[in-house]
Amino acid sequence: MTNLEFTPLVFAISAVAGCLGALTGLGGGVVVTPALTLLLGVDIRYAIGASLVSVIATSSGAAAAFVREGYSNIRIGMFLEIATTLGAVLGAFLATRTPTAILSVIFGLVLLHAAWQSSRGRPHDEKSKQPDSLARRFKLNGSYPSPEGPCEYQVGNVKTGFSLMFGAGTLSGLLGIGSGALKVIAMDQAMHVPFKVSTTTSNFMIGVTAAASAGIYLSRGYIEPGLAMPVMLGVLAGSLVGARQLIGAKVRMLRWIFAAVVGVMAIEMIVTGVKGKL
Amino acid sequence: MNDQRLEAIISVLLRTGVLLAAAVVLLGGLCFLFKHGHEQPEYHVFHGTAETYRSVSGVLHAAGPSDCQAIIQLGLLLLILTPVARVAFSLAGFALEHDRTYMVLTYIVLVILIYSLAGAH
Repeated sequence: MTNLEFTPLVFAISAVAGCLGALTGLGGGVVVTPALTLLLGVDIRYAIGASLVSVIATSSGAAAAFVREGYSNIRIGMFLEIATTLGAVLGAFLATRTPTAILSVIFGLVLLHAAWQSSRGRPHDEKSKQPDSLARRFKLNGSYPSPEGPCEYQVGNVKTGFSLMFGAGTLSGLLGIGSGALKVIAMDQAMHVPFKVSTTTSNFMIGVTAAASAGIYLSRGYIEPGLAMPVMLGVLAGSLVGARQLIGAKVRMLRWIFAAVVGVMAIEMIVTGVKGKL
Repeated sequence: MNDQRLEAIISVLLRTGVLLAAAVVLLGGLCFLFKHGHEQPEYHVFHGTAETYRSVSGVLHAAGPSDCQAIIQLGLLLLILTPVARVAFSLAGFALEHDRTYMVLTYIVLVILIYSLAGAH
C-alpha cells in the first residue's frame, strides 16, 4: 500500500472514530489506536502517538465552545490539572519502558471499561452532603447556567478526586488517550460536581493533560508525521460532525453499537497482547 | 478582568490554535502526499521518528518547502502548544484578578508542561 492509498484510509477510520467518540462522549482517541493496530497493523507506539495528538485537537475544539457557554469550571480544571499533568508525565515515561504486549492488554482492559460505561448511559446527578474545606479554600464551588437561572453547586471529596485525577493522567500518558471517562467519574461521582459541569471541565482538562505527555512522546519518536497527519485531521473532522448530531434521538442505540464495537476491540487487543507475549 | 472575560478569551485562544494547527498540518500533508505519495509507509515496525522531528528546534530548522514532514510536525507542535498557551494565559488572567492561590497553582502546571516539552530528553 502506498501513502496515497494509506492516508485516505487512515483519515476515514479516524473520522468514524472521532464522530462516534463525540456522539458517545468517550472521545475518539480510545477507538483510533485499536483500529490502527488491529485493522492496519500499525505499531502500537506510533498509534498512541498519533492518537494523543488527535486528543488535543478534539478536546481543545470542544472546550472552546463549552467554556464560552459557562459550563466549564476553570478553577476546578486548573486545580485538578496539577494531578493530571504529573500523572501524564509519569504515564509517558512508563509507556517508553512498558513492553508493547503489556500495553496492548492494558489498552484492552480500558476499552472493556469504556464499553461498559457506554452501554450504561449517563449517571444521574447527586448532591454533595458535606461541604469540603479544601473546596472552599481553593474556591472550587461554582454555578452553571440553567433555564431557571444560575444553579449553584458544592464540591466534595477533593482529596479523592485529586487522587483519581492522578490515575486518569497516568493512563492518558501511558495509552495516548484523553481518559475523559475516568475524569468524569472523578468529578461527577467522587466530587459531586454536576454532570454537565464534569463533562465540559473534563474536556477542558484533556488538552493540557495530553500536552504534558506529548513532549515526551515527541522526543521518543512516537509522533510520526505521515501517520499523525491523517489521524489528527480525521478525528477532528469526525468529531465536528458528531458534535452537530448530538441532539438526535438515536444516541441510545448508538451507545449500544459503540459498546459492542469497543467490546470486540477490547478482546482483540487483549488476545493480541497475550499472543505477542507467549 | 473577571472570570467571564477570561473564559471568553480562552475560548478564542483554543479555537484559533486548533484551526491554525489543522491548517498547517493539512498544508504539510498535501505537500507530503505530492512528494512521497507513491512511497510505501512503514508503520508496522517501530523505528522511531527521524531525529529531526523529535525536538522543537529540529522541526523549526527543517520546516520549509523542501521538508513536508517537518511542516506537518510544525502544525502538530502548534497544536501541542495550544493548551500550553491557554495555561500561560490563565496565569496572566489570575494575576490581573490578584488571585495568588491560583497564580501558584497555574504556575505549577505551566512548569510541568514546559519540563515535558523542553527538558524530558
